[in-house]
Amino acid sequence: MSKTMKAIYLYTRYERSWHWLQLALISLLMVTGLEVHGAYALLGFERAVKIHNLVGITWLISFAFFVFWVLTTGEWKQYIPTTKKLFSVARYYAYGIFLGEPHPVPARKESKHNPLQRLTYLGVAAILLPAQMLSGFIYWSYNSWDAWGLNFLSLGIVAMVHTALAFALLSFVIIHVYMTTTGHTVFDHIKAMITGWENVEETIAIEEWEKGK
Amino acid sequence: MQNKPIYLFILFAAAAFLFISTASARENEQVTGIKFADQSNINAEHWNTVDHSKFDALKKKFTAGHDITKACLSCHTEVKKQFMHAIHWTWLSPTGGGLTGKAGYSINNFCISTNKMHDTECNNCHIGWDKKNDGINCLKCHGQSQMDWHQEFKDLKEFQDTGETELVDEIESDIQKNVLKIGLPQRRNCGECHFNGGGGEGVKHGDLDASLIMPKKSLDVHMGIDGANFTCTRCHTTKNHLIAGRVYSTPATSARISLVQDDLAPKISCESCHTDQPHAQGSKPNDHTDRVACQTCHIPTFARAHATQMWWDWSSAGKLKKQRKYQQKDEYHRYSYKSIKGDFKWEKNVVPEYYWYNGSIKALTAKDIIDPSKQPVAMSWPVGSRDDKNARIFPFKVHRGKQPYDMENNTFLTPLLCIENNGYWKTLDWIDSCKRGMQIMGLPFSGKIGFVETSYVFPTTHMVAPRENALTCVQCHNRTHSRLAALTGFYMPGRDRSDLLDFSGWGIALAALAGILLHMLGRIFITAKKEED
Repeated sequence: MSKTMKAIYLYTRYERSWHWLQLALISLLMVTGLEVHGAYALLGFERAVKIHNLVGITWLISFAFFVFWVLTTGEWKQYIPTTKKLFSVARYYAYGIFLGEPHPVPARKESKHNPLQRLTYLGVAAILLPAQMLSGFIYWSYNSWDAWGLNFLSLGIVAMVHTALAFALLSFVIIHVYMTTTGHTVFDHIKAMITGWENVEETIAIEEWEKGK
Repeated sequence: MQNKPIYLFILFAAAAFLFISTASARENEQVTGIKFADQSNINAEHWNTVDHSKFDALKKKFTAGHDITKACLSCHTEVKKQFMHAIHWTWLSPTGGGLTGKAGYSINNFCISTNKMHDTECNNCHIGWDKKNDGINCLKCHGQSQMDWHQEFKDLKEFQDTGETELVDEIESDIQKNVLKIGLPQRRNCGECHFNGGGGEGVKHGDLDASLIMPKKSLDVHMGIDGANFTCTRCHTTKNHLIAGRVYSTPATSARISLVQDDLAPKISCESCHTDQPHAQGSKPNDHTDRVACQTCHIPTFARAHATQMWWDWSSAGKLKKQRKYQQKDEYHRYSYKSIKGDFKWEKNVVPEYYWYNGSIKALTAKDIIDPSKQPVAMSWPVGSRDDKNARIFPFKVHRGKQPYDMENNTFLTPLLCIENNGYWKTLDWIDSCKRGMQIMGLPFSGKIGFVETSYVFPTTHMVAPRENALTCVQCHNRTHSRLAALTGFYMPGRDRSDLLDFSGWGIALAALAGILLHMLGRIFITAKKEED
């Protein structure tokens, strides 16, 4: 087992800023959203609604920049799902990690997501987040439903979809945060998302299927 | 290079802060609703071309009320024609065909019925001399002196009969002087009846009582003497002596337009002056105005200065102490019991009940059959539902009580009450007072009297509080004690949720948390064990 470590520049400046901005936005949305949902009283309902609306719209706009970035830089290829080695990655997190086995698909510049990440991030970035933004936007525009011909919608259903997706997102965040501790050291992944530089094992070659032509 | 993302983040945060602070600065600007209302109130000062003290018609000796009216009508020639049709005179609903109105078969759960105006005590509030028997009393609404005309003319006649000329002269000049004190109706004029309906101050309406004669702005922003200082007629505009604002079978106004859109629009609704988008541009309250009436948020409680009556139980009337009628008072110094009327409950700072309301109120009459097995029987109720596009959520005072009904005919009873005609207040005899009361109405009476619990509604529209005292969002948008808890059939953020969804949602999040904790413990212990090995 090779232990030669090599630092690679994995996340660009935009990517890192976007990640932490999104962290801030989603945290604010989660805290205020659950208050609007009536889970607790923290900022006060009125302030929670105002912040939630403002942050929600901010998220929607900044997400458009992210989509632009993903498409124009070709980074979208990092999100192409695959089943290859998916199960060995799953097996690693369920079993091998306890035995100190090496990661079956460590991150590389050309392929920063392992198959499990590809699948998860594709689901989150392409389905969960847009669906949450869309349901939130529709919820927010309740008073325009008449004018927009959306009267067939029910506020209750829209609100419940939005709430359900929020719970899904909350569960994702819990696991996502934990997974950051599974790097070479506990804070390795987080450090990488701050500095851009990740420590990876040097020896393993990038396989052809991972390159995504 | 490694610090740059942090700079970027600070830049983002600064931009967000700027955005939020400009948004809140915009809210502190004067909102359109107040700007427009102020505009419509600029020329509120009344002016006229008449000095009544210079009229010969008023420079004479008056010996009876109708003499004064005759003098008024000698110049104001069309008044009689106008006023005789006014509901203030007829006490009959213009659309009820004689059925509805105080003088018809309309009833309530206060003094129940005027017995077609045979209950003379009720007629104190009729706008006529000698109750209703001696023509219109113009001074009831237009007189600005506090003179008790009835007493004054009685004294005059007495002294004339006994020949005490000096006193006669004094009273005559007194009357003459006070006749000249006339003007547009002031709060006290309207309030003489409308603050005292139901037999006492604050009995009927929760938002109309004597505290509105000289109110502070904190009680009523419009009428407050330190506020806009409105008289009643500022909003209750008048045409041919017909006064705007009656809300029973028909709404006070069905037009939801403002003076901004039509300078001849009625001035009776909030929107007349404040428009239907009165709050800061783009603010959430503006999104509510289509389904929530202004009053709902802006009248947080009614009866804020004087207590109002909430309960009247006729069934306990008639008790005696030492063979005599008696009465007791409560903490508000209002009667909690009267032998002639029964038990009362009074409340201050009352939280209204909220209903969908399209501006109309439906009410039962003495002719309607009731179902006493379903109590309380609603004697009047707001018309409207969420499906009614014209209905909005509106605050109400609901007066409840118990009152007599005919156990065989299942109709309400209309006992004759007044002392003058030997009614219940003199005899404490239910059978006799109901028999005679129903006879006057021309309605059957089986002789079997029971008591039934009833409710009666009043829309709450006066006592608009300063805006800092308006309801906040959370008073309705909360799970456990929403003011709108009783209004169901629609989803309200903060109030409503799906228990199943919440249970599963929190369940999944907790399962994720438990999963990672186990995983983490596994990593810690197994790795530690490996190192030991």
